[in-house]
Amino acid sequence: MRAPTTSLPLVLDRVGFSAGGVEILHDLSLRIEPGAPTIILGPNGAGKSVLLRLCHGLLSPSGGSIRAGNVAVSTERTALVFQRPVMLRRSVLANVAYGIVGKHARGRASALLERVGLSHLARRPARKLSGGEQQRVALARAWGRNPEILFLDEPTASLDPAATRAVEDIVGEIAAQGVKIVMATHDLGQARRLAGDVAFLHKGRLLEHTPAATFFDAPRTPQAAAFLRGELLT
Amino acid sequence: MHDLSHAFSLALQLAASGDPGLWQIVGLSLQVTLSAVAISTLLGLPVGALLALGRFPGRNALIVIFNAAMGLPPVVVGLVVYLLLSRSGPLGEFGILFTPKAMVIAQSILVFPIVTALSRQVIEDLWAEYSEQLRSLGSNAAKSIGTLLWDGRFSLVTVVLAGFGRAAAEVGAIIIVGGNIDGFTRTMTTAIALETSKGDLALALGLGFVLLMIVVLVNGAAWIARRAGERLAGA
Repeated sequence: MRAPTTSLPLVLDRVGFSAGGVEILHDLSLRIEPGAPTIILGPNGAGKSVLLRLCHGLLSPSGGSIRAGNVAVSTERTALVFQRPVMLRRSVLANVAYGIVGKHARGRASALLERVGLSHLARRPARKLSGGEQQRVALARAWGRNPEILFLDEPTASLDPAATRAVEDIVGEIAAQGVKIVMATHDLGQARRLAGDVAFLHKGRLLEHTPAATFFDAPRTPQAAAFLRGELLT
Repeated sequence: MHDLSHAFSLALQLAASGDPGLWQIVGLSLQVTLSAVAISTLLGLPVGALLALGRFPGRNALIVIFNAAMGLPPVVVGLVVYLLLSRSGPLGEFGILFTPKAMVIAQSILVFPIVTALSRQVIEDLWAEYSEQLRSLGSNAAKSIGTLLWDGRFSLVTVVLAGFGRAAAEVGAIIIVGGNIDGFTRTMTTAIALETSKGDLALALGLGFVLLMIVVLVNGAAWIARRAGERLAGA
């Protein structure tokens, strides 16, 4: 019997990434297992966004390797919701249908809009929606890709509490479908609400990767402890 | 001022008279101009998209050449096309000098660089915004180009209108390769040039007003289409 193909576990082995002579990620090894959401925590500039782009296949590492289970790292098996998702200049429905292949794309897109609570806006121009609504469109669009892993890059960074809650509810629903969630954030409250395990990134290095309870109760590094106390890491 | 108001009333009389000669000139003008714009759009949009997305040696030089070619002098283009199409020229055997076809060729050479250079800029700007998102959504190069052309359609309409403006106002090239033959290759602009040289300034100006009205009508129709499209398709 053949083992089912899967992108998990996602294993990063000594991954480095430099752009324009600047080293953004350094010697980073991380193993992402199936299960509860993995939260990538760290201050701005820690390298969280680059890490997600590498895992999604939008960037290639300058050093080291990334293995996604028994398949290649690709945008076909994973999806990414950007911090500022680009809404195509078309309707909400067309935006969600864009990433879905096959002739039932619009029907599936409608069903997804229903699940993120935006059916009533399906025919509206996507770019006229509020930030929170656009983020939900982006979630539906990423969901429509049928990903095994859904990466989220600070999806609530500029949203108010109500919109944040709506996004987190949808993320929870997607996770409940068996999709692995990997989410970057610098919002500690959000990390506490969602995390199964936490990877703490600082200045391009992975300082710790532990179960969420361990991380919040007994961080191992002084930088993580300082970040948890709300100090401004530089 | 008297001349201007006289010309304006003459233009209205001309437009209202239903003079078949006038309508024939208007029809030929539109036929030549719209054909040249259509050809330039069909060729210019894909070439513009390739220049915007492609990375190949000589790309920067091509961009500069197309940008510069937006300022091609019509008389020079007319002269070159004339030499190519004349009896002794390399394309003389087709015998299309002094026909509307020759005029369409000359105007296409003038409009094509405008559509190419401006659409390249529009598509490149849009690509900077879209590229990561489209790749993330599994879009390949062909689908991406289609997406950029569609999502850039309202800006690209303006690009095509710039090309239409150039062709509609142009006289230097078509008067050389068309010959301004009455009833065959006479257009609004060549007729205006002729009446001006004959000294019938009022008629020339009257024809000018008719031409302006047509240009305004075409642009107005494009504007209405754009607004309707925006409301329907959600841009």
